[in-house]
This record gives sequence, structure tokens and C-alpha cells, in this order.
Amino acid sequence: MTPSDYARILEGRRSQPHQLIEALQDIQEIDGYVSEEAMKIVSLGLGVPIIEVYRVASFYKAFRLHPAGKYTLTLCTGTACHVRNSHLLIDYAIDILGVQPGEVTPDGLFSIQQVNCLGACALGPIVAENGTYYHHMTPGKLRKLIDTLRNKAEEKQYVEA
Amino acid sequence: MLRLNSYRELEHLREQLRQQRQVYKTTVMICGGTGCQASRSSSVIEAIRSELSKQGLTDSVRLCVTGCHGFCEQGPVMIIEPGNIFYCQVTPEDVFEIVFHTFVKGKVVERLLYKDMVSGKSYQMETEIPFYRAQDRQILSQNLNVDPCSVEDYIISGGYSALTKVLSGVSPEEIIKEIKSSGLRGRGGGGFPTGNKWSECREAPSAEKYVICNADEGDPGAYMDRCVLEGNPHLILEGMMIGAWAVGASKGYIYVRNEYPLAVKHSRIAVKQARELGLLGENILGSALSFDVEIARGGGAFVCGESTALMASVEGKVGEPRPKDVHTVVDGLYHKPTTLNNVETWANVPAIMLKGSSWFASKGTQGSKGTKILALTGRIKNTGLVEVAMGTPIRTVVFDIGGGAVDGKAIKAVQTGGPSGGCLPVDKFDLAIDFDILAEAGSMVGSGGMVVMDEGSCMVDVAKYFLTFLQDESCGKCVPCRLGIDRMLEIITDITEGRGRPEQIDLLEELADTISQTALCGLGKTAPNPVISTLRYFRSEYEAHINNKKCPAGVCKSLITYSIDPEKCTGCGICLRVCSRKAITGEKKEPHVIDTELCQKCGVCISECKFDAIKVA
Repeated sequence: MTPSDYARILEGRRSQPHQLIEALQDIQEIDGYVSEEAMKIVSLGLGVPIIEVYRVASFYKAFRLHPAGKYTLTLCTGTACHVRNSHLLIDYAIDILGVQPGEVTPDGLFSIQQVNCLGACALGPIVAENGTYYHHMTPGKLRKLIDTLRNKAEEKQYVEA
Repeated sequence: MLRLNSYRELEHLREQLRQQRQVYKTTVMICGGTGCQASRSSSVIEAIRSELSKQGLTDSVRLCVTGCHGFCEQGPVMIIEPGNIFYCQVTPEDVFEIVFHTFVKGKVVERLLYKDMVSGKSYQMETEIPFYRAQDRQILSQNLNVDPCSVEDYIISGGYSALTKVLSGVSPEEIIKEIKSSGLRGRGGGGFPTGNKWSECREAPSAEKYVICNADEGDPGAYMDRCVLEGNPHLILEGMMIGAWAVGASKGYIYVRNEYPLAVKHSRIAVKQARELGLLGENILGSALSFDVEIARGGGAFVCGESTALMASVEGKVGEPRPKDVHTVVDGLYHKPTTLNNVETWANVPAIMLKGSSWFASKGTQGSKGTKILALTGRIKNTGLVEVAMGTPIRTVVFDIGGGAVDGKAIKAVQTGGPSGGCLPVDKFDLAIDFDILAEAGSMVGSGGMVVMDEGSCMVDVAKYFLTFLQDESCGKCVPCRLGIDRMLEIITDITEGRGRPEQIDLLEELADTISQTALCGLGKTAPNPVISTLRYFRSEYEAHINNKKCPAGVCKSLITYSIDPEKCTGCGICLRVCSRKAITGEKKEPHVIDTELCQKCGVCISECKFDAIKVA
């Protein structure tokens, strides 16, 4: 987040406490999480006490209070996905990446996020990564997706070096 | 586009736009909804666009990227008019053939038609396909003609005629009377009569009032609201404008899930277009109605489906419910009278005003009128969004429209109504989809989620799933919900992990009863429903877990083991390579074995084995 990002997000919202969730959503879209600094700036901008900003940011599932990994695997845990064994995908991702939902792998590459529903129930189980939806997922397909993403990151590193 | 100052100017614009459209000989309507996008419809759309311009057809073929068509399982889907030709599972490689054969030569590409898995028969027209044939698509069919980002499309298809009719001479009292006599009940879950809500809000004394559209769709497994808002946002705006006129509101909010990026985007575009045309703002179409709409994104909290919690969230606060001694129609958003309706409810309003309440009331049953959109998902052949007249039996939806079970497994139950609803066994499938009938059977219509389960689904695990969800989503304000659900989850976890005791079933029932009587809000009161209904219809499964320490469906990990069938195993070695725990051993071309001590039952070997050799018992 740059000062101009903050200015753009707060534009038209200053001193309007009801814009709190909207402002936090916009910040998270850029940063991937809501930092302490962001909460302080929003608190001042909207005229909402910092404790209330923190309360809202920690209440709603949508907000992360810590940075996410480079690739966030968003696993849908909706009912339709569950009866098609999405719980196996979650267990598998936790096991293979060695992190719990919300945490980041030590190499900073992956984090796991569970969501209640992505609204593509007919095609479940659904896994999303950076806006791309992968449907009819199985533990086998998830393994390949993780491998692909990992290779992509390694290739990039190689090019940059 | 110019601001419209009167009804006549809107009608004139409609005529103009319709004439402009007559140059197109062919229209291709391709689904750009979330479901088909997951099946990569965007690359198909791009391919069509470039092929049309390559062949010089952009002036005669209209490409309309629409919202959801409903048949998500077969995506990407498209319909070509004239002819109502339905193509499914289209890839960019098919595009040349479609353009050349169908658009230019007028021939059908047989291999892209829908083929019924049961009969093996191919269908050319969308309306002939069994999935669509038994439906009554009043709302969903409107998605087909409209590009959600084009207000012109909506106007051409007759949009905003209900608004002009209302503003040019129907009094708010008459609107409310019409909605009341239509028998419309809230589609979000409660099933409260919409007309009563509106009339109470109208009568509440206040100069400032609000209308809200609930598009937060908290039920995991239902997505009709996403589909309608994403596919036809102006329809919702029109419904809200009529509602605002009826109750006397000057400001409206669409409260939408941030997990639905397309719905957020399309409703923002629609609001902007409506403002530019003067359909939102001061003195709409020269009438006395002044009304504006703002989009408020939710934060992903199930409790915000509860009206008071939702309103707190629109105010930018923590979404906690409050006691409803005074209803939100009197004391709602910012303590002003507020009418809150769900997306599908608003979507029904324009047609009722245009075609009359008796048209709406002619569909459905004594107590439940009109049609209902259902999200048909789970272990079934044809999944997608289905719209049927209220009163249609569950059996028709699951077997005729849904095509029945997959993989030769027998269907066991259907879960309706989401976390507040319940599971109904197959012998209750003759029950009609009706607010009162399903409630009596221990479930509910709710927002219309219908998750089908077969013998591979464990009902105790389903109950545990919902308790886990509810425990996580409980806002924590009242003790019965916060602690009660926690205790219930503890007990059911014991049962699924082999520590269950027979007396725990009684304890579960006692807790369920206490929570449903004492929780603060509607969501807390209905939270024990998934447990109550599975205990009522599937008690034997609980007993198998407790007494025999077995999970009959093979789902609960602590009670099952994986093994390899030596008859089927070819020793190809793929399971051995993919197992992250190195629990599988064996020589090449010899049957492999699983070390049950090391096995995590993660399922990766099952999904990779091409010979169906891994057994769960």
C-alpha cells in the first residue's frame, strides 16, 4: 500500500464510519491482508476508533491480519463440495504443505484459505487460486496443481537470477 | 447515454434499440457466469469474437455473453437463435466449426449437442433437454436474453416496463395489495409474506426509510442469488425501485458477498448505468420517486443472513444480531424502518406488477405461490440451477431433472435449506417443495439449496459438517449458540472418531432442544436442525458408529481402513509414487500393499488409481 493507494481508497469515504468494511476490503485486495498500519490509517480517515476497526477486521472471515503466501489455495468447504469429499482436499493440503489454514509455508510460497462457498456448487469440489477456479478437484489433481505452482515459482527465480 | 425524463422517453429508447437490433440474423448466447468461467468459457468467448471478425460476420451475428444458464455441469454452454440450438462443453477448438457450419451454413454440429447419459439420445434444442423440460423458468430464463453489463439488452427485453407501469399510476397501497394477493413469500429462508413486510414498513412513521437486497447468500451450497444478481442486475434494481416506491424509501443497499466478484462488478455497473439514465436519482422518469442504491460488500459471515446482523454490517459494524422486540420494518438500518428482501424475492416483483398477482398465484400450492430456484448439487448426474413451480415433488427434481444417481450408487437423502434445514430420506421424496410441508417434515425450503447424498455419504459426518460450520460461524453473542453448539460438536466428534457412547444420543437431543428454545436469533434457534433431522431419519447410522464402531458409508476416517484389492491391482506403481507418507509398497507389476499404520487416508491413491483397486472398509 502506497500513500496514494490509501488516498484513493479513502476518497469519498472520509468521516463515514459505515464505509469501514468497504475500505478494509479494498485494502485487502491490494495487500492481500490488513496490516496494523492500514487499520490505523483507516481509523483516522473514517473517524472510527482503532479498537472498533480491529474488532471488525478480526470478526469477519474475509479479512486476513497477516500476509498470505505467494499462492493462496482457496478451498471451498460448502455443503455441495463437502459431500463430494472436499474434506479430503483440505486434509491433503494441510498434510503436504505442512501448514494450517491461515498460515504461510516457510518458503513464503503457499497459504491455505477455507471459504464457506464460492458459488460454483454444481462443479464441486472447487479450488481457486488467484481468481482461477479449478473444478471437480481430487487429491490427485490438487497434488498436480501444487507441483505446477511450485515449478512456476522456481522457474521465475531462475529467470530472475 | 442521455438521461430519461419521462416514461415516454424510455419507451422511445426501447423502440429505437429494438430497431437497431434487427440487423442481426443470428444471436449466440454464451454463458459467462461463474460456473462456466470455471470451465474456461472466457477462452471460448474470445475465440468466437476473433473468428467472427476474421470471417466478417460481426454485423450479422450478435455475440451475447450472458449470466448463468443453469446447467453448470455441462459448461461452457451456448444457445444459438434462431433454432434454440444448444451446444455444451464447448472448447476454443470447436469455435471454427460452430461459426462455419452453424452461423454461415445453418447446420448443426452434432457432436456438440447434449447427449443424455441415461438414454444415449442427443437433443438439438435447449427446451427439449430433460434437465430443462420439467422446469418452469420464469426468472432464470430472463438471464438468457441479457448481457448483464448492458442496460440496453435489459430495456430491449422489456426491462423497466413494470417500473413505468407502477410510476404512471399505481399507488403504493395498490402495489402492496398486489404483492399481498400474489402470495409471494420471502425466498431467502424465512418464507415470510413479502406484502405484509412491505405494508408494515409503509405504515411505520418516519421520513427516512430504506430498502435492502440481501445478496450475502450464506447457505454454503446455494448459489441462485449469485446467479440472478450476476446475470440480471437490472432486474433486481427494478424490483428494489418498485419496493422503494411502495414503502416510501429513498435509499437502498445491495449487500453482496465479496466472494462473488462478478456479482459485485455487475451490480456496480448496473447502478452506474441506471444513474446515468436517470433510473436512479431525483424524480425518476419525471415521477415523484427519488431513490438511489449503494453496493455494500459483506465480510463473509453466515450470521449476517440474520436481518439485524446484516443491517449492523451495512452500517460498517460487527455483524451481531440484536433482540427483535421491535421488528426491522420499524426499527432497522440506522434505526429507520427498513424492508429487507432476498435477491430472488426482489426478482419476482417486476413480473408480478406487470402480469398481475393472479398470474403469480396461479403457480404453486395453497400456501406457497410462484416458482422457486433450487441449487441442485451433490451426488447426482445433472447438477445446476433449477427453477420449478412450488409444489413440485422432490422426486421430480432429483430424478427427472437431476437424472438420478452417479456411479451406480443408490441415492439416500437430500439436504434442503442449508445449515438451518435438514436431511430428508428417499422415502420422503414424494413431498412437495412447499414452505409448510418441508417444515413439517423437519427440514425447510430455505434459500433453495438441494444437496443430494448417496450411500457414499455418511449422515453423521454431514451433521458434524454443519455443526463445525455453525460453531465456526456463531457470532458468540448468546451463550446457548456459542457454547451449546460447541458441546454438540464435541459429542458428535466423539461419535465419528469411535469414542461414542449410547447415552450421548439423548444428550445430543437435550442440547438441541435447549438451543432451539433459548438462542437469541433465528440462526441459533435453527442450528441444531441438521442433527435433529439426521437423528430422526438416520438413527441407525449413529448407532452403527457408536455400537459397532463402523462408518457404513466409509467416510469417517477413524473408523475406516484403506486396502488394495490384489485382484484389481496391476502393480503400475502410481499410488506408490503419489503417497506422501510412503505407506504403499510393492514390486513392479505385482499387487501393492498399504501399511495401515502409516496410511493417512488422504485419498490421493484412490483418485490416482486407474483400476479402482483401492478399497475403503
